[in-house]
Amino acid sequence: MRWLLGRIGVVVLTCAILLVANRLIIDNIKEYYVSVLVLCGLYATLAVSLNLINGITGQFSIGHAGFYAVGAYVGGAWTMLIRPLVVKSLPILQTGTQIGDHLNLFIALVLGTVCAGLTGLLVGLPSLRLRGDYLAIVTLGFGEVIRIVILNMDVVGGPRGFTPITELVNNHGIPLVWIFGLLVVVVAFSRNLLKSAQGLKFLAVREDEIAADAMGVNTTRVKVTAFVIGSAFAGAAGVLYAHCQTGITPDSFDMNTSIIITTMVVLGGTGSISGSLLAGIALTALPELLRNDFIKEYRMVIFSTLLVVFMLTRPQGIFGHREIALPRFLRRLGRKGEPNP
Amino acid sequence: MSQTGLLSIDSVTMRFGGLAAVSEVSVHVDKGELIGLIGPNGAGKTTLFNLMTGVYTPSEGFVSFDGNSLNGRKPFEIVGSGMARTFQNIRLFKALTALENVKIAANIHRQASLFDVVLRTPRLLKLDAEIDAFSRDLLAQLDLADVADVRASDLPYGLQRRLEIARALATEPQLLLLDEPAAGMNPQEKAQLMGLIRQIRERFSLTILLIEHDMKLVMGICERIYVLEYGKLIAEGKPEEIQKNPKVIAAYLGEETE
Amino acid sequence: MQALVQTLIYGVETGAIYALIALGYTMVYGVLRLINFAHGDVYMIGAFVGFFACTQWLPFKDLSQHPEAAMLNVVLALVTLLLSMLICALLGITIERFAYRPLRNGFRNADAHFWGFVIALPVTAFAGAMTTTKRQGVFLFAGVVIGFIMRPVMAYLAKRIKPSGSRLNALITAIGVSLMLENGGINIFGADPKFIPDILPKRQFNLFGLVFDSSGLIILAIAAILMALLRYIVLYTRPGKAMRAISHDIDAAKLMGINTDRVISFTFALGASLAGAAGFMVAAFTNIKVVPLFGLQPGLKAFVAAVLGGAGNIPGATLGGLIMGVVESLVASKFPQWRDAVAFILLIVILLVRPAGLLGKNTAEKV
Repeated sequence: MRWLLGRIGVVVLTCAILLVANRLIIDNIKEYYVSVLVLCGLYATLAVSLNLINGITGQFSIGHAGFYAVGAYVGGAWTMLIRPLVVKSLPILQTGTQIGDHLNLFIALVLGTVCAGLTGLLVGLPSLRLRGDYLAIVTLGFGEVIRIVILNMDVVGGPRGFTPITELVNNHGIPLVWIFGLLVVVVAFSRNLLKSAQGLKFLAVREDEIAADAMGVNTTRVKVTAFVIGSAFAGAAGVLYAHCQTGITPDSFDMNTSIIITTMVVLGGTGSISGSLLAGIALTALPELLRNDFIKEYRMVIFSTLLVVFMLTRPQGIFGHREIALPRFLRRLGRKGEPNP
Repeated sequence: MSQTGLLSIDSVTMRFGGLAAVSEVSVHVDKGELIGLIGPNGAGKTTLFNLMTGVYTPSEGFVSFDGNSLNGRKPFEIVGSGMARTFQNIRLFKALTALENVKIAANIHRQASLFDVVLRTPRLLKLDAEIDAFSRDLLAQLDLADVADVRASDLPYGLQRRLEIARALATEPQLLLLDEPAAGMNPQEKAQLMGLIRQIRERFSLTILLIEHDMKLVMGICERIYVLEYGKLIAEGKPEEIQKNPKVIAAYLGEETE
Repeated sequence: MQALVQTLIYGVETGAIYALIALGYTMVYGVLRLINFAHGDVYMIGAFVGFFACTQWLPFKDLSQHPEAAMLNVVLALVTLLLSMLICALLGITIERFAYRPLRNGFRNADAHFWGFVIALPVTAFAGAMTTTKRQGVFLFAGVVIGFIMRPVMAYLAKRIKPSGSRLNALITAIGVSLMLENGGINIFGADPKFIPDILPKRQFNLFGLVFDSSGLIILAIAAILMALLRYIVLYTRPGKAMRAISHDIDAAKLMGINTDRVISFTFALGASLAGAAGFMVAAFTNIKVVPLFGLQPGLKAFVAAVLGGAGNIPGATLGGLIMGVVESLVASKFPQWRDAVAFILLIVILLVRPAGLLGKNTAEKV
């Protein structure tokens, strides 16, 4: 049981660091920068989760915003539509208290994640029959279908959008802790997967599906697993997004969003967890922080030009399949300092 | 059928559209044999391999391995039951290292749940250590230990072929199917390969079925040979019988049979 | 019953447009196995060329004040149609030459000049306040200068980058080009909707209780003429035959002495000109607003049509386009809000049931 205690220790430590960091951030940093931080965390989560599907397993999904939307709307529906019905018999769910807010968000997260995961299962099934560009188009189509379905659902406001809970928006600290908690989880998940010999199965499917099959890898299960988990994480990000905005509309989850996430994965280096993480943060933060009218106005043109230029000059992305690890970086620096024998 | 029968292919036919790539072929392999499968290009040899390993399901006939029918079973299940293969056009996991290539195949008898993987439970750590030790040992036995951390695509051609064999062996098969293992090799490499095949056969007590074009290699190591032409079995027997068989000579030299 | 037939007629009219666009998708897919995502945006450019030609470049007369000028407008409309086709063909060739060809063949030093102009765009935009004419001058100058500066960079890249030939990279590139055109369009043309005024006299005919629009008939007629021309080009001319040879086997075609790059350029030009014609006709004859995202939905639907008919199959694209148009107008007549979802649902169903499409052939990967 020592390992279990160890794992619990890591979790507790992470939570503690997050809570302390959160306090420091909320007290010392302007609200605008907090909102940038929120977006960075969300997009980094989305990029790392898409990397599970696109980079590590080699399937090509460009409809990630669809799962993000499912999470956002399911989470929002819990808080705004279902919770008010339940709260009478369970007063602990009353918002405004620390416990109530956290518990609420937790339930919304569970629901949103599960629903997005199930949607991922639905979308993952075509991946069993389709490859490469055709699969990409189908996922794009699914993403759009999800958006159109939401657009036609009056319960959640249709095209006017949906106004999720406002109490949490005022209480900025809460989403921030959860967002970075989620980011830690998705990164740890991907890293542990690749660190184990078991996770190599996912890479095998990316490299050569037929050979993987012939070497005893259950490719069907691997692909569906990747889709379900990747989209579940995107759903979780969606729940958190819905709870730190004053409102969400189906337009927040259109094709452009999907393509921005894809760009992050591609630029970061398909398959590189750290690459996706950094690209997710950088590509969200830079346009916000540079505060340059030109960059704001031409943001999408710059994104797309970057995408094309990268595809032509360095299709494997900035980091390729590699990970940037601090120890190795330091070692390399050290080696450079030594004289050559 | 003898008691030692390992693989039996019972009048199997495979049609693509109207074309029968393999028709009514029966092959029987006993435990411990080393058997050759020869025939001109397009004779249906690789198709037969694909039928055995579950890539295709036969239109007619049965394939059974170790007493169990294989019809309708998926390739990854068949590998699990003890039949592994290499590919004619090398299909390694190119961006991964030699060690990783072998580890993937070694996974098959050492599966952990996703839960174990994510939480890195003691069970997983033990399995990972086991896979690592097993794979390194296997690479060492095939003289690949030095290149364990080299990307598969960076290996020279001969070593890539060898690595493919190592990867197949990592699934701990009873029956090893080699699809043209000597393709593209020079005579010296071929001689080395013959040695290797003999060596692994003994060390892993394998049964081997190989497709090959190089007659010297086939005649040199195989105990029995099957000859395919236009999807049909035209001869079967010991190497010296096959060498004299007029049908085989005709098939290879294009002469009239009568 | 009559309402149904009427709906079908509208469906065929829409379908003809989808078919024109789908032909471009399918031809490019045929020769390169590439989903040219930017094709829908070429259609958008066709509409914009039409808009500028009808409102600024050409002396169209307002028919409500000069009804006698109808003949002049007809001639000018034909000129505009050809102009749209020409400009789109050039755009198609440019996209192929600078975005897709480097993926196949690697860079050439001369590519530097194209990228020079691309880099010159933000430089010019940053250059501070000045008159439009001066800004254009600055742009041209900067483009040429940066182009020369880029030459060594290109030479370095050309030496260092090996083309990967990955179809997925090509798809991502295509999506990137599509976004460049759409968002570039928003920045250049503005996101406000534009309308082409009525340039041709409008009439309606009643036949057996059915209503036929003159504009719908014009679209159908021109589409039919263009498709017949295309069929002639593909079946009976040298470049058309070369195109078919390449779509069978590009390597063999190369060995047979076909200049594949030139034929691929030709294919893009052909497809893009059809899309340009479609864009202009839709914008001019159906009073739809012209915006930079004009091509997004029709492009996706036409792509679905191409897949439906069998990607790479030219008659298939026409058939697929017509089916797509009819199905969409049937659904739209009952459930208008689901209009845009039809295409995707259809796409998902086809790919799952018959990925090769109605007229396509199934191919399996060789082991």
